[in-house]
Amino acid sequence: MTTKSRNLSIAKRGLMSFETIMWVFTRLSALGMYALIIFGLIGALVMGARNNMTFAEVMRWGFMPNVTHVENTALPDTTPWAGTLWKLTASALLLIAVGHGVHGLVVIADDYIATAKGRQIVRICSGVMILSMIGIGAYLIWVS
Amino acid sequence: MGLNRNVSLMTALRYKGQGPFLTYILHRIGGLGMAIFITVHMLSSFTGNILGWKIGFLANQVYENWLFQLFIFFCVLFHAINGLRITLLDLFPKLILYHRQAITIEWAAFIALYGFSAFTIIRTALGG
Repeated sequence: MTTKSRNLSIAKRGLMSFETIMWVFTRLSALGMYALIIFGLIGALVMGARNNMTFAEVMRWGFMPNVTHVENTALPDTTPWAGTLWKLTASALLLIAVGHGVHGLVVIADDYIATAKGRQIVRICSGVMILSMIGIGAYLIWVS
Repeated sequence: MGLNRNVSLMTALRYKGQGPFLTYILHRIGGLGMAIFITVHMLSSFTGNILGWKIGFLANQVYENWLFQLFIFFCVLFHAINGLRITLLDLFPKLILYHRQAITIEWAAFIALYGFSAFTIIRTALGG
């Protein structure tokens, strides 16, 4: 039996199938989330988190920079935290996280659901989950 | 297509895959924990803050508990740090030769970060 080496560059592995594209997406979306979280943390420090927020409150903002996450802090004014930049940042984080997370759930489900019909149901459920999570999340970010 | 798994959960947990298997299974547990938490959090925020349903506020009270915070911080930090290791090794495949060393570094980073987080959460819970 011949085995393929894992020590291949991405270019040599190719991007031919949906699964391979999602494999790359999972890695790159993780890097994207790290970047957005660090951006949120730096923004929080610039806007006054150092003196008016606890560690947990800063982490909460970092994971989702939505103004409702800083309403119960000691910040004198949360207006800058509700700006369009942060709504866009939160929206980007939402889109990437939902894609990354739901695909991860599908991968786990595929390990335990073996039938073609079962996997089809999982994919339909994942589509519904993606749309509903993005819809609810976007509403909470932009309207609440 | 199709798998016929005759492996129970207890058998899987006894699998002697050592460090790499432990990170694999903890990565999944962390991911599932976060997925459930974020889904419930979004639904409870929507039903509580937008629709005014009491069930939303009730669900939100659960994750204000310090025990839940210890669990979710474990999920988030482990998934994030282990995910970074996986991403780096996959994007730079020559590093896979050193994956056990990478796992050791990962645990060192995780214990330091989670230890600090757990200390802060417990101190806050005790009123410190």
